[in-house]
Amino acid sequence: MLIGVPNETRPGERRVAMTPATAKDIAKLGHELMIESGAGESADFADEAYREAGVEVVDDRKALYERAGMILKVRAPEGDEKALLEKDQVLACFFWPAQNEKLLAELAERGVTVLAMDSVPRISRAQKLDALSSMANIAGYRAVVEAANQFGRFFTGQVTAAGKVPPAKVLVIGAGVAGLAAIGAARGMGAIVRAFDTRPEVAEQVASMGAEFLFLEFDDKDADGDGGGGYAKVMSDEFIAAEMALFREQAKEVDIVITTALIPGRPAPELWTTDMVESMKPGSVVIDLAAEQGGNCKLTRADEVVEHAGVTIVGYTDLPSRMAAQSSQLYGTNLRHLLTDLTPDKDGVVDVNMDDEVIRGAAVAKGGLVTWPPPAPKLSAQPKKAAPKKLTAEEEAAAERDAAQAAAKAAKDAGGRLLTGSIVAGVALLLVGSVAPADFMSHFTVFVLACFVGYQVVWSVTPALHTPLMSVTNAISGIIVVGALLQISSASGAVVFLAAVATLIASINIAGGFLVTERMLKMFRKD
Amino acid sequence: MNAGMVTSAYIIAAILFILSLAGLSAQNTARRGNRFGIAGMAIAVLATVFGGGVTEYGTLILMCAIGGAIGAVLAKRVEMTGMPELVAILHSFVGLAAVLVGFASYLAPESHHVGAERTIHDVEIYLGILIGGLTFTGSVVAYGKLSGKLDSKPLMLSFRHKLNLGIGLGCLVLLFMFVGAAPDADTARAGAHLAEDKRAGTAILMFMTLLAFGFGVHMVMAIGGADMPVVISMLNSYSGWAAAATGFMLSNDLLIVVGALVGSSGAILSYIMCRAMNRKFLSVIMGGFGGGSTAAAADGDEEQGEAVPIQADAVAELCRDADSVVIVPGYGMAVAHAQHPVAELTRKLKESGVDVRFAIHPVAGRMPGHMNVLLAEASVPYDLVLEMDEINEDLGDTDVVIVIGANDIVNPSAMDDPGSPIAGMPVLEVWKAKTVVVSKRSMATGYAGVENPLFFRDNTRMLFGDAKDSVSAILAAL
Repeated sequence: MLIGVPNETRPGERRVAMTPATAKDIAKLGHELMIESGAGESADFADEAYREAGVEVVDDRKALYERAGMILKVRAPEGDEKALLEKDQVLACFFWPAQNEKLLAELAERGVTVLAMDSVPRISRAQKLDALSSMANIAGYRAVVEAANQFGRFFTGQVTAAGKVPPAKVLVIGAGVAGLAAIGAARGMGAIVRAFDTRPEVAEQVASMGAEFLFLEFDDKDADGDGGGGYAKVMSDEFIAAEMALFREQAKEVDIVITTALIPGRPAPELWTTDMVESMKPGSVVIDLAAEQGGNCKLTRADEVVEHAGVTIVGYTDLPSRMAAQSSQLYGTNLRHLLTDLTPDKDGVVDVNMDDEVIRGAAVAKGGLVTWPPPAPKLSAQPKKAAPKKLTAEEEAAAERDAAQAAAKAAKDAGGRLLTGSIVAGVALLLVGSVAPADFMSHFTVFVLACFVGYQVVWSVTPALHTPLMSVTNAISGIIVVGALLQISSASGAVVFLAAVATLIASINIAGGFLVTERMLKMFRKD
Repeated sequence: MNAGMVTSAYIIAAILFILSLAGLSAQNTARRGNRFGIAGMAIAVLATVFGGGVTEYGTLILMCAIGGAIGAVLAKRVEMTGMPELVAILHSFVGLAAVLVGFASYLAPESHHVGAERTIHDVEIYLGILIGGLTFTGSVVAYGKLSGKLDSKPLMLSFRHKLNLGIGLGCLVLLFMFVGAAPDADTARAGAHLAEDKRAGTAILMFMTLLAFGFGVHMVMAIGGADMPVVISMLNSYSGWAAAATGFMLSNDLLIVVGALVGSSGAILSYIMCRAMNRKFLSVIMGGFGGGSTAAAADGDEEQGEAVPIQADAVAELCRDADSVVIVPGYGMAVAHAQHPVAELTRKLKESGVDVRFAIHPVAGRMPGHMNVLLAEASVPYDLVLEMDEINEDLGDTDVVIVIGANDIVNPSAMDDPGSPIAGMPVLEVWKAKTVVVSKRSMATGYAGVENPLFFRDNTRMLFGDAKDSVSAILAAL
């Protein structure tokens, strides 16, 4: 299929839906590609680079729309762009069907198939085409960069000849993809990072990124804020009160706050109140990643940097676009994975297979109908962990007591078994001794002692030398040659023959075993 | 040399053998240990030869020379990937020698025992031949399986437990018949008749030997390829017990000591191998693992997700960017003879400052310590090669783990899925690393027939193809 990538029309949008690198991969699926001249320019991909990757560069947007069977974009079409889409064309972009219902209905009516990259279900199989995560990752990173830009001090603590510099303290609210990326970036720059999330199960991820997770001192049975699909849900009033108290305390200490709290389908919750901003030290910075949905801070103004009581509040909504080359690369790769799923036979034929759970989720309009919202996806991601039950002191003591008793019982049982075994073995030995001749018993003594010596010696052999151990024991079990040697001078011809053959094969064993051990051990060397 | 001197020489030889095994506790003393073993053997043989009673020097020297030459050639020719086969065939020799010495001892006209002593002597002969016989054929079958001459799949006769039981009972009945049939010197018959009376006993011994041969064949046939580490160590142990039984029958303390040493060594190795697979020794010996459990495993399969393939040049890039790389070799590396490219890869990465180490699972490969020997052959320094317990904790901080031709030993379901046939088996926790690259020929299951969820983890990449080609391609891309 001929796939076209037009220029983005939204002012300030610098990303592009295809890079020369992803173009090469898409071409391998059997597709032909064209791009509008200058589409990649703002993301530092020149037309020439696209041509080298085998992409046709066209000047006329109208012609591109007319010829292409599929359009890849970053943003949903706007203005006169909408009219260029025709029946049976496939459009893949960030569509936000909930916010663009009118546009969706219009395109569906005209028979356009719309694949919304923001509606890809959040299941593990679809991670490689989860463009929201890709963008959130970049936004989190860029948030720290913007904060550093506004912040007048070092992130990392230093001891210089001119005096000591304390490290910056960063608080990240919301430990989703963006929050975790922000934690990683801030840690990388040397700041002390704390993080909060309503879902206590992300504490482990936060800790793994090197930040301290702030727990609430709060008693609630359903304090777990997991709303499914990797997002948080709305919390109870009590919970919010405890959360606010925690934030007020933190506000006095931290230098930089990065808020990333979003609840799907609702305006962003207000978490960083005006009084918290006012209690921060002058020169502090608030980066509000939820600015587009109204902001986690009331003072935030979308796409603007405002100052309040000496605190800078950044409300940029185009953070991924500010790192256009990186964003385009990741988004382009997400699209490439989508195309891989759409063209399973790699024959250049796009098949919007509504039985595929991932494609079904992304397809918001098809065959003249609006197909959004999709049926609830089967959750195959990680099963929800049972919240660790907090035990009362009494229960804990009881559990400990039980454990101790069980251990004591097990030890007693083992001891009992050992004792029984020893008694049985002892009685058996006495029985043998009572009938066996003295000669046998002296051999038997040697045998039992040798078993114990062997046991002690062999346990100390390092596992790396188990193969040489086997070959050397092989060689020394050739000692059976002694038995054969003692018989070889017998008067009976049959005995001599048997002994001779035994000598022969035991000699193979001795020579072979020792020599191969020697050869092996020679190979073991240290650096 | 008088009898006292011979005994003294035997004591020295026994001490040298013990020191030989003790020397293997560390790499730097191991070669000295082997020399002790050689010295002990030389002393023992010389003391026996010159201890009186040996007159047939010609036959003796001829046989020793031929045997020694064959052994030397075998030792020189064998490839390190073929070590398990060599060890197996050497076990069979010990077994066969024990059978022959047992028969010779029974037939020898020189032996006179009376009363309880005679009964014990007969039982010793019987046991020596029994253990020797099953060691012999068991080892031959193990050799066949390891060298690919026999199908390494377990042979599953539906009546196999009954067959084993029948053979066991048969041997017990024959033992009583044998002890009863032997001539009693008390009746003071003339020496000339002695040989005639032994005929019945010989027939019983022959019959029992055939049973033991059959038992050895059947026992090892029923055990699958990846249980070979247990089988080999078990046969190692049996060859020791066979030598010890021979020692009892000849009243030779040196044989008893050495047999006990070898026997307990093999027994400990079997125990270590079983523990590393979290299986009972008996259930391994009963055989048949990996066949019956497949169906049960398949039931639990749900949508596993998708395995993400990767190309060799991408692996090379991963390695180059990594600070630490851990390589987990398995039987697949031995099959593909990939140890040399792997060693080369290690050297190259070390040169560019990457910390490369190896993680060895106790049952990786076909015999205990198999992987260590292969890596040593390819000149990988042994201090880079770590045991499972030494490295498992570090795997979480490792950037890239490369699994080469291993499957069950890196299967996370051994830990997460109590219903899995391999549940509870200690495994290398490779999935904790940042990225895991699995080099494998296909998506087929391993020996246990269990799906490996590792392949579907988000941080796992599959590098399909022959292990040697794959590693060479990574090398080329570096």
